[in-house]
Amino acid sequence: MNIHEYQAKELFEKFGVPSPKGRVADTAEQALTIASEMGDQIVVKAQVHAGGRGKGTFKNGFKGGVHVVTDAKEASDLAAQMLGQVLVTHQTGEEGKLVSKVMVAEAVDIKKEYYLAILMDRESRSPVIVASTEGGVNIEEVAAVTPERIFHQTVHPLLGLQAYEIRKVAAKLGFSGDQAKQFGKLLSALYRLFIECDCSMVEINPLVVTPDGRVLALDAKFDFDDNALYRHPDIEALHDPTEQDPREVEAAKYHLNYIGLDGNIACLVNGAGLAMATMDIIKHFGGEPANFLDVGGGASQEQVTNAFKIILGDPKVKAILVNIFGGIMDCDVIARGIVAASKEVSLNIPLVVRLEGNNVAAGKRTLAESDVALTSADTLAEAAEKAVAAIKA
Amino acid sequence: MAILVDENTKILIQGITGSFGGRHAQLSLDYGTQLVAGVTPGKGGQTFADRVPIFDTVSQAVETTGATVSAIFVPPPFAADAILEAADAGCELIIAITEGIPVMDMMRVRAAMEGKKARLIGPNCPGIVTPGRGQDSTGGCRIGIAPGYIHKRGKVGVVSRSGTLTYEAVWQLTNLGLGQSTSVGIGGDPINGTTHLDILKMFNDDPETEAIIMIGEIGGANEEIAAAWAKEYCKKPIAAFIAGATAPPGRRMGHAGAIISGGKGTAAAKIEALRDAGIEVAATPSDMGNALVRAMG
Repeated sequence: MNIHEYQAKELFEKFGVPSPKGRVADTAEQALTIASEMGDQIVVKAQVHAGGRGKGTFKNGFKGGVHVVTDAKEASDLAAQMLGQVLVTHQTGEEGKLVSKVMVAEAVDIKKEYYLAILMDRESRSPVIVASTEGGVNIEEVAAVTPERIFHQTVHPLLGLQAYEIRKVAAKLGFSGDQAKQFGKLLSALYRLFIECDCSMVEINPLVVTPDGRVLALDAKFDFDDNALYRHPDIEALHDPTEQDPREVEAAKYHLNYIGLDGNIACLVNGAGLAMATMDIIKHFGGEPANFLDVGGGASQEQVTNAFKIILGDPKVKAILVNIFGGIMDCDVIARGIVAASKEVSLNIPLVVRLEGNNVAAGKRTLAESDVALTSADTLAEAAEKAVAAIKA
Repeated sequence: MAILVDENTKILIQGITGSFGGRHAQLSLDYGTQLVAGVTPGKGGQTFADRVPIFDTVSQAVETTGATVSAIFVPPPFAADAILEAADAGCELIIAITEGIPVMDMMRVRAAMEGKKARLIGPNCPGIVTPGRGQDSTGGCRIGIAPGYIHKRGKVGVVSRSGTLTYEAVWQLTNLGLGQSTSVGIGGDPINGTTHLDILKMFNDDPETEAIIMIGEIGGANEEIAAAWAKEYCKKPIAAFIAGATAPPGRRMGHAGAIISGGKGTAAAKIEALRDAGIEVAATPSDMGNALVRAMG
């Protein structure tokens, strides 16, 4: 789950990670009030979950989702131009994203930029601190070109972050004296946030030192462990469904694991591994999958029906491939779900069904006795070939 | 022989009174598994299916019945505690079926189990099946949620991160007349108890296993590590399949561990590492059984 920049800033404030002064505004009037508290260097930033905001263009022609100005009135005018408008950046796709909030903050001068992140490392099964003297740039590029400028510090899962580990990272980044102290407090607060909020990653890029010697987090990116959201209702509440593919929002309501893609062959599968493999085999035979969809190991008839509705709600979809290996799950439940769905939504595209496993004979009979127009297949390869052929026909 | 469990292994189930745990406990009994105890705090003294005693604690269950393996079916918020309880009670093998355990919990559980004798498999896994020696391979040891009937006693070891994809592979093998020594689901989470490499080593040492199918997916470096070891040390033919070649980067594909991040953990890199180790990689998930036949020459 991702959150907005202003929400990240609020989390930073809660845990004591220093960042520039600033607040979020929904209206130009609010922007004016906040900007008037910010001094003579003010930055106004559109709040969308996408990179490249600064170089983006609004659909009304206004250029740039990030601007620095020198007085509050200007900040307010900028907010008025951004709010309610759709911003297109290299990460949003052509449709862009609606800007309903802007962040108005103190624009700080930068003396030096750094990179600082904490992430859950699966190989060491521990939190790892990643720090670099090369901040404000793509860290993957730094890793490729100058890996010696990136430092890693593994933290013991049960002991937690030790004072010497903080000193070690501070020294690697070249901090000393008061700045080392400020950095230590920041890292310590960031680590506490990482653990207490069940993050899988928190990244500050850039971390900056200002000309007047302050150490500040200028931007932040969070990734939370979805499995842990049940114990963080406050974080779950930060979720902004308008930032998500509407098909995925709909699927989540029915506990379906759905990820929208760009192809035209929809798939409905039980199990995540098999769902990925089904996408792969569609591609192998020359097709393009329209989605990843795992209905889970114990899907109900209702879930299958809703899965069909979501698939058919996507205008790009030109064929459907159902691939079920009913281990414990009853193939007949799937079959009845397909029949029920076809009664509720008009099925006017080719449907290929491959059922295998538990109670498969009953499932095939249910489908055969219904008036649903479908092509059946005995193996996954046969099903994928038929689905691809149906598109090309 | 087989690995990890056989028809004599005594198991207990934590969370046996839940609907999910109960259903699969019954299926394990039907398969002939030596399910000797259940554990649900507060329900000690009751009986499951008129024959399996239920205890309040894992210690009581282990002391009374001699169970050496625990299968965990408890809901995610209580799963870490359940795993640690099983380890504390002296279980040699703990198989966590539960899906959706927070990663921080698993991080602490793994660290706490360091140096203890218990081996953890999973979480978020289908479990283990060692098919039986009876007619239609009954009388075996089924722990977890895999369908028993698809298995056939034989000589192929199966190890996988995915549930239904494992069933697909096992079913293909069975239809080709190739039985399985043991099928192990190691689970789809980023931090788990047992890796592909751990299981490969066991299959390599198991006299009954003659060939191995390894099923992986995008995310992490588990498959690459196993491949590098196999290249040097594995004496047995291996076939493999990697799911997720078409998965977009940065998206979690159902399993918490199935994510390409920072350009790492791609299917292409894994397939290359496997091929480099001389492993026969199935081109499609329909080709897994045949890939094993090719690997065996």
